[in-house]
Amino acid sequence: MFPEYDVIVVGAGHAGCEAAAAAANLGQKTLLVTMNMNTIAQMSCNPAMGGVAKGQLVREIDALGGYSGIVTDQTMIQFRMLNRSKGPAMWSPRAQSDRMRFAEAWRLKLEQTENLDFWQEMVGGLEVKDGRVVGVRTGMGLVIPGKSVILTNGTFLNGIIHIGEKQFGGGRAGEKSATGITEQLVELGFRAGRMKTGTPPRLDGRSINWSLLEEQPGDEVAEKFSFTDTPRLTKQRPCHIGYTNPEVHAILETGFHASPMFAGRIQGIGPRYCPSIEDKLVRFSDKTRHQLFVEPEGWDTVEIYLNGFSSSLPEDVQYKALRKIVGFENVRMFRPGYAIEYDFFPPDQVKLTLETQLVENLYFAGQINGTTGYEEAACQGLMAGINAALKNKEQDPFILKRDEAYIGVLIDDLVNKGTEEPYRMFTSRAEYRILLRQDNADLRLTEKSYALGLADEARYQRLKEKKESMEVLLKAMEKVSLEPEQINPVLERIESSPLNQKVKAGSVITRPNVTLDMILEASPELREIARDMEPEFLEQVEIGMKYEGYIRKEKELADKMIRLDDIILPEKFDYRKLKSLSWEGREKLEKVRPASLGQASRISGVTPADISVLMVYIGR
Amino acid sequence: MSRQAHEDTIVALSTPAGSGAIGVVRISGPEAIAIVNGVFSKNILHAPGYSLHFGQVLLPSGEVLDEVLLSVFRGPRSYTREDTVEISFHGSPYILAEALNLLVSAGARPALAGEFTQRAFLNGAMDLAQAEAVADLIASTSAKAHEIAFKQMRGGVSDEIGKLRHELLNFTSLLELELDFGEEDVEFADRTQLLQLIQRISAMTTRLAETFRLGNAIKEGIVTVIAGRPNAGKSTLLNTLLQEERAIVSDIPGTTRDTIEESLVIEGVKFRLIDTAGIREAQDQIEAIGVQRTMESIGKARILLYVYDVLGTPQAEKEADLEKLRKEGLEILVVGNKWDQAWQLHDNLFERFQKTIPGHELAISAKENNGIEQLKAALLQAGVGSSNAEENVIISNLRHYQALRAATASLSEAENAILAGLSQELVAIDIRHAIHHLGSITGEITTDEVLGNIFSKFCIGK
Repeated sequence: MFPEYDVIVVGAGHAGCEAAAAAANLGQKTLLVTMNMNTIAQMSCNPAMGGVAKGQLVREIDALGGYSGIVTDQTMIQFRMLNRSKGPAMWSPRAQSDRMRFAEAWRLKLEQTENLDFWQEMVGGLEVKDGRVVGVRTGMGLVIPGKSVILTNGTFLNGIIHIGEKQFGGGRAGEKSATGITEQLVELGFRAGRMKTGTPPRLDGRSINWSLLEEQPGDEVAEKFSFTDTPRLTKQRPCHIGYTNPEVHAILETGFHASPMFAGRIQGIGPRYCPSIEDKLVRFSDKTRHQLFVEPEGWDTVEIYLNGFSSSLPEDVQYKALRKIVGFENVRMFRPGYAIEYDFFPPDQVKLTLETQLVENLYFAGQINGTTGYEEAACQGLMAGINAALKNKEQDPFILKRDEAYIGVLIDDLVNKGTEEPYRMFTSRAEYRILLRQDNADLRLTEKSYALGLADEARYQRLKEKKESMEVLLKAMEKVSLEPEQINPVLERIESSPLNQKVKAGSVITRPNVTLDMILEASPELREIARDMEPEFLEQVEIGMKYEGYIRKEKELADKMIRLDDIILPEKFDYRKLKSLSWEGREKLEKVRPASLGQASRISGVTPADISVLMVYIGR
Repeated sequence: MSRQAHEDTIVALSTPAGSGAIGVVRISGPEAIAIVNGVFSKNILHAPGYSLHFGQVLLPSGEVLDEVLLSVFRGPRSYTREDTVEISFHGSPYILAEALNLLVSAGARPALAGEFTQRAFLNGAMDLAQAEAVADLIASTSAKAHEIAFKQMRGGVSDEIGKLRHELLNFTSLLELELDFGEEDVEFADRTQLLQLIQRISAMTTRLAETFRLGNAIKEGIVTVIAGRPNAGKSTLLNTLLQEERAIVSDIPGTTRDTIEESLVIEGVKFRLIDTAGIREAQDQIEAIGVQRTMESIGKARILLYVYDVLGTPQAEKEADLEKLRKEGLEILVVGNKWDQAWQLHDNLFERFQKTIPGHELAISAKENNGIEQLKAALLQAGVGSSNAEENVIISNLRHYQALRAATASLSEAENAILAGLSQELVAIDIRHAIHHLGSITGEITTDEVLGNIFSKFCIGK
């Protein structure tokens, strides 16, 4: 019934969808297997894409030719550029999405993708021959042959949902969990672990007194995620902000005895940056209120997502506590919050291509690697899809470095550091975040993807046009001088000291508070050159010139780090014998077996003192 | 003991070569006890750690080489963390040479310089700063240097650095908090707070870096040049200064033909006294070279003793000389010599003049050993100043010093960035540079630590 597929993707969440799209777009005969075709690209938790560091990931996915940015643009109900008060490297796009339309848009996008087939069934196991995957076996016992398999199982592997003292198997509220894969992988020699995450209750918007909540509107001018010509949002839906209070806390505390977290029924490790409301009460008991974001789930639906109120306390405790929140006096729930535990495989078991070390042509992407978040999952799916295709085509792997993309940071972290808690991207994880901005993702990545055959011609042409325009303007800025009488009125306006003689435009713009707009206002010559350029191109020139000094500083640091990467460590080195290494460092070095001192220095648990020891030992 | 980093056993003479009352041979490694057991008159194979054994070391012929006292250390409770034996021989060069031969033929390998300490380091007995201090300790030639090295070895510098690291971690956390969690409902540090914090950190690195001048001087000796016109009595002064300290004076080989270098220890602080050729307009080429060397010596010096003849030197000449010699960072002590002759002219003149001499000027008679104590006190003051070497941790390692200097520079850029109102991610670049520089002594601060610190202090997460 089935042909031999080049790539089989198991799971159709954010990782699976990107993986399937990338493989198919690279010409691979691809099959997407999912337990339920009605929940493709489901947003299991927050109906939002992007945010600090995550927004950068979506921009990178888009620059590489993935679909997440396009789908987000098509289905968002609100846009905000976070961190706008900081420098451009920190600007982070975030969209509130229409949950149902998001899933629908993804499904339609995939249906329109050539080379992509679908099959609805649970996958119960892998077909492995001589250390190499050759297909999957379904719940009904069907064998589907495939050259490579990408597992993107999300929270479904032996998923257990906890609400108070109740617990039941499930991969998501109302959906069955998947069994069999973990057990088989463990038998094959993989180490498995357990993680936990949680989600807040969903509420009936008709039962909320909106006038008592604070409105949080979107940006006046919405921007977007995709570098392609997706629509720009004109009308937006606001979110709202509310707060818990001591009364709410008191009620929640009455349920602590039944909390699966506190009673120890949940063994999986949860993320520290996404604590449940009961966790917040315990850990920060001096806080008398916690902020809640009341987020609509779509344009038309009345369903509300209560961001900040993740909980696995008994449903009646959640309900009673909610009703003590100002504005929620009469609130009705659609469903309570819950915690979910699921299997993952510590990611030091995959290579930088996301192929597993143990089984050839088997790839892991998303929560199975211990990450959390749609964006983190999606970019891994994309990279796994690309690398599976490249390997099938016998081409070099596609690996992004830490100074090239957040995606590179993420995968390098996973492989070298592993993770103890669900891994989420933060800008502080990137050493070179001034280089890794959301605005230049296309300049960093699109050419690479075009060379692979993934980013299409239209993207590439647009990039070329952007680069050419930028170069013209950059050159002009370095050449054209501004006369004092031209620029001084502008400088006076912003209380910057006036010029006494003419100065190059390129040096005036490096002054604080001077913008490109001001320069163009002062110089008819430059204005003429910039006349037909898109605002996005101008912004790029402005950022490049204003932050040149910092970009250079960061490159210097990058170069210093790279020097450590040049020091090669012997392949067969018995780290266990080096007693001066920290105990953890020894174990980790044995496990990861880094190729260079640089890689060793990035392994979690390997301390700088350990690096000194290695340097002394190898005679540096 | 458990598995070790090293398979072989090393041996070396641990006391200085030459004759002494005793000479200690140390042997360390997995076979240390077995090897010694093979040449010893008693069975020590099962001797417990920290036990002393009296007996004879026997040559293969059965002859007694020496009667010895040996100490057994069981790893990891030893300096190297390996099994170790220290044997105290009588200090004859012949016995010690034979003993080394004997142990090497029994299976030990002669240790390389510093190898015991390297093993201690590699086996985790000490951190890098401590290991470096051991090297300094071994090389220290004065009481003060010994003290600094000893403090450092006991972790003094590491403690201080630990505090510094803690401050940096907190600072970084505050910066990153607002960058990664700007949307959260937590209170962010304002600019004043950030400024105060960074100034405190800057002050710490600066203070530590400043101790280096002293630390290094104490370790290496403070270079002190004696200069002046010919026949001002420079060489006499040198001899007089050295006379009382003769016992601990050592010749340092390799000094140039026309400058003589000697060591003088004043209250535990080592001075390297360099006597130079007299300064005057050169009469011939050879003398010109001599003068040039004098100037070179002065270039390296911290202190200059300008010696002049109080009777034969016109004031203008003295001032012209001083003008030529003055340079940044050079402490000049002006020493009027031959006061004994002046004193002969008038009974109380010496005492009277000594009280009225301006500033740094000192009145002595090198020949009659007059005013020498005052000169030494002045030297000590100029050399180590009022800084209290007793209490403070002192940086004496060049690598640490350079790291601290570079970090201080980055911190001051960060401070400027905060003052200029730049966004935190730009301040963070400078902080990352600082952390990178300090990383070699403090240990790098990782993202995981920063995030861990943030999560433990602030209620993050929706």
